[in-house]
Amino acid sequence: MTKFEYAPAPESTSIVDLKSEYGLFINGKFVAPKGGKTFVTINPANEKILAKVAYASNSDVDKAVIAATEAFKKTWSRTSPSERGKYLYRIARILQERAREFAVLETMDNGKPIRETRDIDIPLAAAHFFYHAGWADKLEFAGVGSNPKPHGVVGQIIPWNFPLLMLAWKVAPALATGNTVVLKPAETTPLTALLFAEVCQQAGLPAGVLNIVTGDGATGAYLVNHPGIQKIAFTGSTQVGKGIARAISGTSKALTLELGGKGANIIYDDAAIDEAVEGIISGIFFNQGHVCCAGSRLLVQESVLDEVTEKLKRRMSLIRVGDPLDKNTDLGAINSKAQLEKIHELANSGDSEGAQRWSPECELPGAGFWFKPTIFSGVAQSHRIAREEIFGPVLSILTFRTPQEAIEKANNTPFGLSAGIWTDKGSKILWTAQRLKAGVIWANTFNKFDPASPFGGYKESGWGREGGRHGLAAYVKVAK
Amino acid sequence: MARIDVLKTYKLYINGAFPRGESGRVYEVKDSKGAFLANPCQASRKDLREAVVAARAAQNGWVSATAYLRGQILYRAAEMMQARKSEFVDAIIALEGKSPKAASDEVDSAIDTWVWYAGWSDKVSTIAGSTNQVSGPFYNFTIPEAVGVVTIFAEAKSTLLSLVSSIGAAISTGNTCIVIAAEKAPLTAITLAEVLATSDLPHGVVNILTGKSAELVSWVGSHMDIDAVDVSGLTKKQEADVRLEGAENLKRIHRFTEVRSAQRILSFVENKTVWHPIGI
Repeated sequence: MTKFEYAPAPESTSIVDLKSEYGLFINGKFVAPKGGKTFVTINPANEKILAKVAYASNSDVDKAVIAATEAFKKTWSRTSPSERGKYLYRIARILQERAREFAVLETMDNGKPIRETRDIDIPLAAAHFFYHAGWADKLEFAGVGSNPKPHGVVGQIIPWNFPLLMLAWKVAPALATGNTVVLKPAETTPLTALLFAEVCQQAGLPAGVLNIVTGDGATGAYLVNHPGIQKIAFTGSTQVGKGIARAISGTSKALTLELGGKGANIIYDDAAIDEAVEGIISGIFFNQGHVCCAGSRLLVQESVLDEVTEKLKRRMSLIRVGDPLDKNTDLGAINSKAQLEKIHELANSGDSEGAQRWSPECELPGAGFWFKPTIFSGVAQSHRIAREEIFGPVLSILTFRTPQEAIEKANNTPFGLSAGIWTDKGSKILWTAQRLKAGVIWANTFNKFDPASPFGGYKESGWGREGGRHGLAAYVKVAK
Repeated sequence: MARIDVLKTYKLYINGAFPRGESGRVYEVKDSKGAFLANPCQASRKDLREAVVAARAAQNGWVSATAYLRGQILYRAAEMMQARKSEFVDAIIALEGKSPKAASDEVDSAIDTWVWYAGWSDKVSTIAGSTNQVSGPFYNFTIPEAVGVVTIFAEAKSTLLSLVSSIGAAISTGNTCIVIAAEKAPLTAITLAEVLATSDLPHGVVNILTGKSAELVSWVGSHMDIDAVDVSGLTKKQEADVRLEGAENLKRIHRFTEVRSAQRILSFVENKTVWHPIGI
């Protein structure tokens, strides 16, 4: 049979107006960093420099915290809840208006496919603002305790895997509940956050309510330890999250954490296998596997292992890897050289520990950071690729015989963020869901997100929830 | 000649039994006027570990029991408390130096508070859960679940009332716990253990240790099979130590001041969200 090739379908970058240099966003204005230090952010799909970005010095962070403190005292706490909500509605609308610009910029800075930024990241970010806008004047009904009060100034540190979406998850509930914010975007993906600052200007958000300081881990650490911050919200690695918990252990700062995962995706033998295979694909290859809730441990009931593996390989051979700006691309670039090296290191450990690697034939571009969609079969619970978060397009396949064994293996991890269940039997879904120690469980689906749906982990996957009624609790103080 | 009273030997409460501490250590507890009262056990790190093993083993069974049954067992414990009221009153008068009236009021309040928490067991997911209106053809709901094994550092003031608030809030949802009694006022805790031992409460759901809490702070903080800690009975400095050590497995650590508080219960649950497609 003739195989029809896709013609290239690149999204134009002309909609994006890249500046050569970006300042810090403090007290409603873009300002140069003290000392003038900058760093560059590159397009991971071709390693070309996109822009120079300000590196916030300690005194810049101090200024941002002062601006947020003043805004909290003088402006934001005196703004009525309904009016707070209206600013968030404005922001949501402007994000929708400028959605394509954000999608293209996000894809350029992050390396993820335009199909995902256009259809998932940006619409969901706007939806988070719209959803939380409506909560601002209804907090007394949220069931988070009586007389909920904002913490004050919140320090927020977000990762590079969903740059604008993670900003929305953090900033929208913080502002809706009446806090002011100092946000530090990830070092490798600062551009959409800085474009978001423009959105805040267009929305007329009062100066100092949101401040953005770009930098690296040291910038984040300085922000965490800053005495002017009352609450910290962090999304990132479990190791850094634990470090933050230690750093603030002697203070009265509040802390919420969204950390790593090693999600089990359980395929029972009575599942609709073709649908389950689609779920496995989206579970591990969505966003190049740079997803804390990825279904990175596939648990397949032994009797259907051959069928699942064969269909999975066939489906993987159809994954289109390449230019993230091409509208047909499924798997984009790995976000950074450092992350690519980490994926290689863990995948190599899979080889050396005795698992069998398989990837489809596919050509990778010359420049940029790339990793083929990869599965390992014959994986044992003790292997590093079954225990450690890879944060890349690498799936470990394990098997089980009984539902009890599936639960034991799924829960045998210090993580507890997500899990998947595939079966045609409703009672088995609920039986399994009840026993899984995970904060988000997808039954006959995977990697779905919504502002109304609480997200967050059990055990070492974090503290607290983001989204939904439950997510509001992270940003208010109540008597307990 | 006056009759000589038969005095109680105060022991630990682990896995439904009343063992002496493995280290053989005891310490002297005096009443508010300085007279000898008892030689309770000074629990060691090993005793703590035994208690954690018991609490972990009991947790799955306890959380799997119906909420209605948990509520009934907790209510049963209130019945047993009522029967032992005079013993609690005597202990509070002796240890906390309260008037008979104040001690009696505290016990009444503690019994009522226990009943208050008993009634929560089958209502928590109604008030703390949700169905979520996501944008798509999915049924999406969130339910609160017990976090697991909770360690409670009991408060030194109003010992019975604070014990009841801490334990009731933790176990009504299906957590199991290890209580480290207030160092200078442990007798109400041990008498409460005797109540629980006769209340159909499965062994290991509540374990009670007496001793020097300062000695156990670090072991609680670093124990990898403890999921959460109620630090209400600790100093700020000790709380900071628990937080520092507890970061290794991200223990959920909370300090409480309210007696009857849904927030106490909600601090020791995890929220689980489940998605399922809607279709034919």
